Amino acid sequence: MTTVKMTAPRNKVGGSKRLVNILVHVLLAVLAFIWVMPIVWIVLTSFRAEPGSYVNTFFPKGYTLNNYVKLFTDRNVLNFPKMFGNTLLIAVICCCISTFFVLSVSYSLSRMRFSLRKPYMNLAMILGLFPGFMSMIAQYYILKAMGLTEGSAIRIALIVVYSAGTGLGFQISKGYFDTIPRSIDEAAVIDGASQWQVFTRITIPLSKPIIIYTVMTSFIAPWVDFIFAKVICRANSDQFTVAIGLWNMLQKEYINQWYTCFAAGAVVISIPIAILFLYMQRFYVEGMTGAVKG
Amino acid sequence: MAKTVNRRYTALEALAKGDLWTKLSAVVMGAGLFGHGQKVKGVLVLILESAFFFYMFTTGFSALANLPGLGSVEAGEVYNEAKGIYEYSQGDNSLLMLLFGVVTLFVIAAFAVLWILQMRQSLKIQENISEGEHVPTFKEDLNSLVNGNMWATLMALPFLGILVFNIVPLVFMICMAFTSYSKEDNHLTLFDWNGLTQFRRVLSMSGNIGRQFWHVLGWTIVWAIFATFLNYILGMILALIINRKDTKWKGFWRFCFVLSIAVPQFVTLMIMNIMLQPYGAVNVVLQNLGWIKSPIPFWQDATLARITVIVINLWVGIPYTLLQITGILQNIPAELYEAAKMDGANAVTIFFKITLPYMLFVTTPYLITSFVGNINNFNVIYLLSGGGPTYVGDTAGQTDLLVTWLYKLTIDFQYYNIGAVIGILTFIVLTIVTLVTYHRSGSYQNEEAFM
Repeated sequence: MTTVKMTAPRNKVGGSKRLVNILVHVLLAVLAFIWVMPIVWIVLTSFRAEPGSYVNTFFPKGYTLNNYVKLFTDRNVLNFPKMFGNTLLIAVICCCISTFFVLSVSYSLSRMRFSLRKPYMNLAMILGLFPGFMSMIAQYYILKAMGLTEGSAIRIALIVVYSAGTGLGFQISKGYFDTIPRSIDEAAVIDGASQWQVFTRITIPLSKPIIIYTVMTSFIAPWVDFIFAKVICRANSDQFTVAIGLWNMLQKEYINQWYTCFAAGAVVISIPIAILFLYMQRFYVEGMTGAVKG
Repeated sequence: MAKTVNRRYTALEALAKGDLWTKLSAVVMGAGLFGHGQKVKGVLVLILESAFFFYMFTTGFSALANLPGLGSVEAGEVYNEAKGIYEYSQGDNSLLMLLFGVVTLFVIAAFAVLWILQMRQSLKIQENISEGEHVPTFKEDLNSLVNGNMWATLMALPFLGILVFNIVPLVFMICMAFTSYSKEDNHLTLFDWNGLTQFRRVLSMSGNIGRQFWHVLGWTIVWAIFATFLNYILGMILALIINRKDTKWKGFWRFCFVLSIAVPQFVTLMIMNIMLQPYGAVNVVLQNLGWIKSPIPFWQDATLARITVIVINLWVGIPYTLLQITGILQNIPAELYEAAKMDGANAVTIFFKITLPYMLFVTTPYLITSFVGNINNFNVIYLLSGGGPTYVGDTAGQTDLLVTWLYKLTIDFQYYNIGAVIGILTFIVLTIVTLVTYHRSGSYQNEEAFM
């Protein structure tokens, strides 16, 4: 790793350099504290024994696990376990569809040359400029016309909404495929491989980082979206996803009873996502730097 | 006439030069393919044509007929004289008429494309035959779908998804901007086309909606500029500080900052909102310390709310910048720095004369994406301030962006037509920003440089 040196020129005395170093570390510590503090606070709140949303101390007076217990056992008002199940199901299916879509589109755009290629890329850019949920109402009515807005069909509707447009998000993986030398494909084609075999036997095995990245981003999406879920679920509380559940816990009618449970819920879903993300980050950076080096 | 391989065939040419089979396929689609030996393909095309006409006669034509008027029958009671009772009649639903009309237009367009393609193809194989060239069999055609034409196989489903759930809804919403579909004057079930009326209303400087529009637009641009460039520059400085040779525990610092991205954004934003309430954690701590006497009105005062969302957006955005540009920073040629130091440049000069220009050069596309992202930054505003504080009589709050206003107009107020107008205007603003900058950037023009 090459590093960028920004300190005072070498010919200065060591003392001032040390002072700069101390200042820099103090600054970083203060900033890191600011960045970590809200997260610490929510973890503390999730273990807080006193109920209610407003307390007059930063640290809780008593600690308890009841918030977690209530979150996973109280199924009467806000059925969190059910929401968790719904979201998991949606996330798994979405993840398969979106990964297939993203990889197919990026492979085609990166490796093949066809007349619709540039128009497609321009179209993707133009569609990206419209506010994402401008078409939300229309999507709702299309789903309604298909009969997907009642009962458990809502899950299918959510899966469709989350995965249908993923073919537009090809940029990162296309960039990655672009860095795989085409000579590898050409050699395989000379040996008699079809394009399909090149795609499945050569490109995909070489693209592990970007596939893991795609899988994870599409898995995370249903956990963190609440706008579409809210519009499509409306009042069907048994179809709620985790994000709407958490959002509801902070609304006026629930906040006093559910505030500490919200914190617990936030911790419960943040931990897996945080782990996935920290793991994925490596692949993201690798994806940015390219596949075959040297 | 020897080299016809790369020739472009047109449908008009097919009509003029085609033989009987090719000409017949103008009416009976697929006839040209069938008659020239591509039997399976010809039948498939004919089936598609029949399906199209079946659709048109069952729903398509009536949907088209409804499109100009969007229905006029009100729901209500009708007196049935034969039975001597009142019957409830279902009135017209303009929204569904508009939706089916738009869908039918797309179906017709798809049919037209199919027609042109099969005309061209007929002429092509007709000429192939007359020149004694090989006509691909159905098996060979299928084979090409996993070879030369594999893009069609791979992209068919993703594109269908985009068409049905992105393009059609978008066209539908754009149409809505030219109608009276709104809760105002009770036009929620029956509405009409009314041309540019809503555009005039939104763009006029006078009038309630127009005044709010210019206000929101101004704040959206101020917000996007601050949010993008402050995040970018401060994130870069942070990255430089962490990357310094003498900074210890680099991994630990990066971890602290990146941790905040790892937690779902809507969770952290809702937490921030609660923490900054009049009786939230921040005010409590400051009061306990004795630094302030009464709670700071973070969300109640317009100016303070604006500053707060920008500052909190730094908290949200700086880790992203850090993550995305650390790698690029490390690629800056070390000789540049060496040379600058030789000439006696200090850290500030080096930053402004070398690091920043280099980064701007490399990351222009990233900057544009994040500028667009910030104009459309729904989450941060909606979850933090909810667009508030809102003055009485306004639909838009003081921190509302065009997108959050659009959301409120459609979901909360059900002013669908004005919402659609706002969406279109947002798009126009973004298009101008992007077209001016994106097409000039090196990474768009030199896309093929990798090959």
